[in-house]
Amino acid sequence: MLNEIVFLLCAAVTLVGAVAAMMMRNLVHCALCAAGAFAGLAAIYLQLDAEFVGFAQVLIYVGAIAILIVFAVLLTRGGDVQPSAATTSPSWWMGLPVGALVVACLIGSIMASPRLLRLPSQNVHAPVKQIGERLMNQFVMPLETVGLLLTAALLGAVVIGLREPRKPESNAP
Amino acid sequence: MTTPLANYLILAALLFGIGLAGALARRNAVLVLIGLELMLNAANLNFIAFWRFSPHPEMLTGLMFVLFSIAIAAAEVAVGLALVIAIYRHRRTAQLDRFDSLKG
Repeated sequence: MLNEIVFLLCAAVTLVGAVAAMMMRNLVHCALCAAGAFAGLAAIYLQLDAEFVGFAQVLIYVGAIAILIVFAVLLTRGGDVQPSAATTSPSWWMGLPVGALVVACLIGSIMASPRLLRLPSQNVHAPVKQIGERLMNQFVMPLETVGLLLTAALLGAVVIGLREPRKPESNAP
Repeated sequence: MTTPLANYLILAALLFGIGLAGALARRNAVLVLIGLELMLNAANLNFIAFWRFSPHPEMLTGLMFVLFSIAIAAAEVAVGLALVIAIYRHRRTAQLDRFDSLKG
């Protein structure tokens, strides 16, 4: 019973945050609501006994990605902040039916499957020690690849974000 | 632990739909990226829920997949926001319908 109440609260926080992040006019409010939705998801991970992933979600999404999004919002609101400007794209009316159709298909197939009503296995715990051993034995190759990918992405982001050097004057001595 | 698996899947489906509708409907490039993040998070929630309800949760496979998926999402956001800022520097706008140089 308590478990269901906790799940409903976390789900409500997540969904309200997601809807607000997609509907608000002010971009900074959108970023804050998205951070709220990510925090609600972290709480759901904790409720599902995935402590390590829950705390990783808090660190990476609520910490790093939310800050990155706020920085991008602040860096890209120079010339085009008109309070009357439209916030939706010209073809915005396509978005809602497509999203509603996808949700209807997914929920229809979830409801039609009786096997999904089963209850979880008991006594699940994923200690950090066990996760670390798995990462160092079975998943060491993906771990190294992710490290390489993160390095490449970091370098790429810096190179893309660099200001282009001005071309030297042709008549300079 | 009495919440059935279907509730988590329905929550993930709703989250995916919200992210998809937002990514299709909004004009600002940063908000489209937030919509993409919401869709990725819905997929992660499905992985965690299926891991928790699987007959062999001690294998930790769903958990590992979500860890790698979060790392890749972080890389994707860093590159995506750098691209948005680079385009903003050239075009002085972050509205997606004005990035139409390649439109036929």
